[in-house]
Amino acid sequence: MNIYVLLKRTFDTEEKIDVSNGRIEDESAEFIINPYDEYAVEEAINQRDAHGGEVTVVTVGDEESEKQLRTALAMGADKAVLINTEDDLEDGDQYTTAKILHAFFAEKEADLILAGNVAIDEASGQVGPRLAEALGIPFVTTITSLKIEDNTVTIEKDVEGDVEIVETSLPLLVTCQQGLNEPRYPSLPGIMKAKKKPLEELEIDDLDLEEDDVEQKTKTIDIYLPPEKEAGRVLEGDVDEQVKELVSLLKNEKKVL
Amino acid sequence: MSETKERLFKGGAFLTEDLTGDDIITPEDFTEEHKMIAKTTEDFVNGEVLPKLENLENHEFEHSVDLLKKAGELGLLGADVPEEYGGLGLDKISSSLITEKFTPAGGFSVSHGGHVGIGSLPIVFFGNEEQKQKYLPKLATGEMLAAYALTEPSSGSDALGAKTTAKLNDAGTHYILNGEKQWITNSAFADVFIVYAKINGEHFSAFIVERDYPGVSTGPEEKKMGIKSSSTRTLILEDAEVPVENLLGEKGRGHIIAFNILNVGRYKLAIGGVAGAKGALSVATKYVNERKQFDTPISHFSLTKEKLGTIASEIYANESAVYRTVGLFEQRMGALTDEQLKDGREVARAIAEYQIECSMGKYMATELLDYAVDEAVQLHGGYGFMQEYEVERMYRDSRINRIFEGTNEINRLLVPGTLLKKAMKGELPLLQKAQGLQEELMMMMPEEVGTEALEQEKHLLRNAKKIVLLGAGLAAQKYMQKIENEQEILVNLADMAAEVYNMESAILRTEKAISKSGEEKSKQKLLYTQVYVQEAFNRIEADAKETLIAVEEGDTLRTMLSSLRKLTRHTPTNVIAKKREIAQAVIEEEKYTV
Repeated sequence: MNIYVLLKRTFDTEEKIDVSNGRIEDESAEFIINPYDEYAVEEAINQRDAHGGEVTVVTVGDEESEKQLRTALAMGADKAVLINTEDDLEDGDQYTTAKILHAFFAEKEADLILAGNVAIDEASGQVGPRLAEALGIPFVTTITSLKIEDNTVTIEKDVEGDVEIVETSLPLLVTCQQGLNEPRYPSLPGIMKAKKKPLEELEIDDLDLEEDDVEQKTKTIDIYLPPEKEAGRVLEGDVDEQVKELVSLLKNEKKVL
Repeated sequence: MSETKERLFKGGAFLTEDLTGDDIITPEDFTEEHKMIAKTTEDFVNGEVLPKLENLENHEFEHSVDLLKKAGELGLLGADVPEEYGGLGLDKISSSLITEKFTPAGGFSVSHGGHVGIGSLPIVFFGNEEQKQKYLPKLATGEMLAAYALTEPSSGSDALGAKTTAKLNDAGTHYILNGEKQWITNSAFADVFIVYAKINGEHFSAFIVERDYPGVSTGPEEKKMGIKSSSTRTLILEDAEVPVENLLGEKGRGHIIAFNILNVGRYKLAIGGVAGAKGALSVATKYVNERKQFDTPISHFSLTKEKLGTIASEIYANESAVYRTVGLFEQRMGALTDEQLKDGREVARAIAEYQIECSMGKYMATELLDYAVDEAVQLHGGYGFMQEYEVERMYRDSRINRIFEGTNEINRLLVPGTLLKKAMKGELPLLQKAQGLQEELMMMMPEEVGTEALEQEKHLLRNAKKIVLLGAGLAAQKYMQKIENEQEILVNLADMAAEVYNMESAILRTEKAISKSGEEKSKQKLLYTQVYVQEAFNRIEADAKETLIAVEEGDTLRTMLSSLRKLTRHTPTNVIAKKREIAQAVIEEEKYTV
């Protein structure tokens, strides 16, 4: 089975993030594999181990993204592809990424493509579905279980906390939700092997794309951090009084009721 | 390692040679693989160990076994075991990073260290082919867990005074061991123990003793002040039957094994000390950012900054020094042939060359750790005294580090002793340098110090080396062989030497960083170096003065003191201002940052 994983390098939202001039400061941020993409990598490896085949991890990014690809290789993926847009593109959005990936997949025979449900940085959740549309294959988002028997695929999908069971067939694109699996730690032997695994680097030119073909459709006006959490307030008095005060605060001060 | 083309330095050569940044390995030289190995270890500790820490602190050691086996699956037990015996045979920087990243696991990091370090390495270094084949693959995966049994109730630092005996049985098939080994890490669950005993009461030797052998048992769990997540018991040997093939190394040569293993244990403790201090700094910084008094986060007070700035500068210097030492092993091993590398004894020898550096790292970094956890408690105020706060455990866990693997006092005494031995053997030109210095000092004129980055620090370093030579030369001349009776002076010399090593390591690391990334990006490193070098120099000056006063008197003393004054003349750095600046970055990042 030809299994592909769409992987994104993102900053770690659990670490400190600095924003200046509407941009996130790369210097101070810590970068990781998008956590939802880790579920995708783990699932891809498990499916390969069960059904045979090969796992290729693909990212659209820059030189630095190689680190996250190497981590995926250390987890157990077989090959990696970096589509490096550093020199060609100033900026991009979900359209850009999906378009580039479409060009990449045009000549591939992918049986299964896995992506994260969303990337924790921009959280659009669009790239996977857009790519499936463009490729004309089915897609299922936010999956929490994936069973493949012959050509029949049975999927459990998270629907706002409920479970929907979907049956479909390969080729297929899925986006992975928390609960699908427990991503493994890259083992030390895995890390040592990852050095020697193939990592192909492409530019959009190699995919017969021009800058104009992938020009973004949206514009980011501003980026800012959420307001800092303020200290809580402790209500006083007996329970009745507290409830009254709470309702009044929600009505008058916060205007949410 | 790829960067082994540099000059190969002898142990102790830092006092007699002048180096450049390119001569040492620094944390900025770590490769992507090194960082990935560190990350896996960190993720494992955060994800698997820390959630179980309370169980471990309550002595539920089934979790220790389980976690060590999981660590084994990830390869975290096999870094120092060669590939042909089921390990990974990684470089020493990798295994050091694993040690560093295990440190936040508290007492569990002692279990890990006890297994991979002092427990497994005796077989890696000194096992014969059969012993390596039999034990190493299982030790590398965690299928078997190891412990090290040297200390006895009446012999600690004086390890050769061991009372445990071994006697060959009449059939010649087994050694019969009798005795008690005390304070044995991992003893609740270890499958193999490296045990030292005297054959026929006289030949000090090492044995591989399996837990299941007849006559082997352990005592009750000790009630310790700290590192409660690790198991510590007495190993009891009552007519224990150990097969003859389990004699480790040669009969009567156990001290060679013990001595080499201690070296390794020491540098690993140094790494743990630095890592623990980083942890304490980070916990303290988060707390002072949150805690308000007088309506102000206490991190805003300059006295808080003074504490954070001091700890962070000390961390920088010690971190630079311990990884420089690890780099020295790497460089020396890089000079070995493949054949030699497979021979554990050669690897042990490469490490033993740097026993001075191992000892210095041990006492400097473990004292930094104690200082850092103490100040971290202080910054927590009364809350630091409460068990709900992590820092309380850190404080208790820290204390043992100054004691085990040779007390810091023993380690200090070893440093000048070894330096003088090397000088006598002609391995280090210490005495020649000391003699040349006397003449130089007579003619010495004040030096103009430039204002470029690090010029002042390099000036202080040059003079600090001369001060150590002055003190060491004088003491050697005066006391000759009897110098070992002058322990206070030896300890002063050990402190001065270690300060010089730390100063130089910080300077060279910063110099290397500046030449690679420029001064702007190396600002924090430069500040750390300026503060550390100034404060270390002040300590050296005080030690030197005390030493001279103890050794000489009258006119000779006055001449000596005037020489010292020539060497200490400088315009000091404003450390208060620089610590505030350092602390600002630490407060923003809420951790040690370079």
